[in-house]
Amino acid sequence: MAEMAAAGESPEVLFWVGCMGSFDDRAKKITKAFAKLLNRANVKFAVLGTEESCSGDPAKRAGNEFLFQMQAFANIQVLNAYEVKRIVTACPHCFNTLKNEYPELGGNYEVIHHTQFINTLFKEGRLNVEGGSFKGKRITFHDPCYLGRANDVYEAPREVLQKLDAELVEMKRCKQRGLCCGAGGAQMFKEAEKGDKEVNVERTEDVIASKADIVAAGCPFCNTMMTDGVKHFNKEDEISVKDIAELIAEAGDL
Amino acid sequence: MISSIIFSVLILATAAIFIVRIRQIKANIHLGRDIDLSDRPAERWKTMARVALGQSKMVARPFAGIMHIFIYVGFILINLEVLEILIDGAFGSHRIFYQFLGSDTYHTFIGFFELLAFLVLFACVAFLVRRNIGRLKRFSGTEMTTWPKSDANIILIVESLLMIAVLTMNAADSVLFALPDAVVMTAGLSHYTGIEFESWFWFSGYLTGMLPNDPTTLFYIERACWWFHIVGIFGFLIYIPYSKHFHIFLAFPNTYYSKLDPAGELTNLESVKKEVELMMDPNQDPFAAPAADAATAEPQRFGAKDVTDLSWKNLMDAYSCTECGRCTSECPASQTGKLLSPRKIMMDTRDRAEELGAHRRKNGAEADDGKSLLGDYITKEELWACTTCNACTDACPVNINPLNIIVDLRRFLVMEESAAPNELNTMFTNIENNGAPWQFAMADRANWRDE
Repeated sequence: MAEMAAAGESPEVLFWVGCMGSFDDRAKKITKAFAKLLNRANVKFAVLGTEESCSGDPAKRAGNEFLFQMQAFANIQVLNAYEVKRIVTACPHCFNTLKNEYPELGGNYEVIHHTQFINTLFKEGRLNVEGGSFKGKRITFHDPCYLGRANDVYEAPREVLQKLDAELVEMKRCKQRGLCCGAGGAQMFKEAEKGDKEVNVERTEDVIASKADIVAAGCPFCNTMMTDGVKHFNKEDEISVKDIAELIAEAGDL
Repeated sequence: MISSIIFSVLILATAAIFIVRIRQIKANIHLGRDIDLSDRPAERWKTMARVALGQSKMVARPFAGIMHIFIYVGFILINLEVLEILIDGAFGSHRIFYQFLGSDTYHTFIGFFELLAFLVLFACVAFLVRRNIGRLKRFSGTEMTTWPKSDANIILIVESLLMIAVLTMNAADSVLFALPDAVVMTAGLSHYTGIEFESWFWFSGYLTGMLPNDPTTLFYIERACWWFHIVGIFGFLIYIPYSKHFHIFLAFPNTYYSKLDPAGELTNLESVKKEVELMMDPNQDPFAAPAADAATAEPQRFGAKDVTDLSWKNLMDAYSCTECGRCTSECPASQTGKLLSPRKIMMDTRDRAEELGAHRRKNGAEADDGKSLLGDYITKEELWACTTCNACTDACPVNINPLNIIVDLRRFLVMEESAAPNELNTMFTNIENNGAPWQFAMADRANWRDE
């Protein structure tokens, strides 16, 4: 972003990578897949790079409002300084925080989830893929809480998956009633409280019951949780967990 | 004459007791902090019409949803017939609407109410069976023992008895009407003459075969059912505001004041905003004396420890809860055996508001009983099990928001007591130092581009 600003240019959209997308080895693959898609569609995008910082979502959900607002304050200063108007992110937690919680603190942007963005690229004809490689596969979409229930986005990711020429199946709990992966509310960063089983194991049972070959995720946290859930049942050879951006990139041989 | 007086006294007594209790609940709700929810009235009316009036979220579970609509529609419309009963009771008339509506219309009028009464009875019995024999998991949680369990059964049984009374009353009356006027006159029941119907009423007609033909006995059966029904309603009206059944009133205001913003949005704490702005503003003089109004303003806690730190809407939520348990049955933490149950959060909040309200009525408006919602009712373990997934808020048929309370209690734990679990403290430190919840260097943030 800094280079673009120095050259006096402004991007079509700012890609907010998020902490998972920046540091987690698994999630970095999602970031790269999405960046490839943006390049393929000739989207002029920028990233903040080292100027990006945690959106503050885990701090806020854990109850640390101070830390959240300090993060928000710092990020908003950077975003406003670059006069950012549109933001796309592959993380529903960042998406929710930037979209809903930043405006009141002075950060007003059009915030888009990457599945919505990819969907628009398809609709505008800027991106095309052949879904051939997924023919005959059963794909199920796991609704991220912060995309679905939190922000009522249910259709965009499904419309994108339709492009894959695969069979889209729903788990018995989906959309509004989709079960959480267990990572939200800062649970990702702590051991679960005492109980009978892990939430991601419960959710993976839904996946297994749906007989899907691929779990499509739209959130790096869900991705990790579901991957672990599949491993718990030793089914990593039968079921793969992939982000929607990765699936589309794969279909487009990127 | 005497019965009219007794009846009027009963009405007034019921109204008085009811109003006193409503005032208590209102005061208890106002133990909460004041917040302004007067914005967007059009959207609020629409939400109320859809969710409360239209029962839109009830039918997410079709069986319970449809049965509930039977009881709900029955309850609202049967009030028209209760109006007739009230007028008859106060003025000593008998089936006063008959005179206004005429035989045919009145027959249909009563027939329609009998249909509703039958559906209500059917639904109540179905619910009783489901609740007590069906072994539904969400009716058996740890918070559903003793009083909450009996409360639910009392409501269903009373409603069933009221409906049985109405039907029996109509049956006895219609047999009486069908007797020749001369027979009725000799029994001294002159005001029962002149009412005639072509056929039995739609549903009570099936009960007429079980009744005797003696006018005096029929008279006493009818009167007994009539009094049982109306006194039952008065008693029930007094009972409701002490019970979870209070949702029949609060569902409407509570959905009106629903959260209209996206479910994922959490409020930005005003008190924290001030502090952060102060801290981030380079022009602030750190040694400046606080502004005059700051000294008089009562400092607000960060987060909530007790019901007085929550908003009045949180407490209205608590009083609106009818303990159906849909929140808990959808909650990922509850489903995987964790201690958290969103329903318990709401019931605890209500019970605590009741307790503190009663204490303050006795000992003065500012009295402190040394207890608090956090600690005495809700434990940390419950709070830390929440994934903030919004399944509970989505499932609630009257838009109650347990998540809001959970986050506010967490805020108190973290910002006032520094009592977050260790791993979370580490996460906080990492965000502060590295701008990410893990220990990675800021400088490595863009490395993915080159890998």
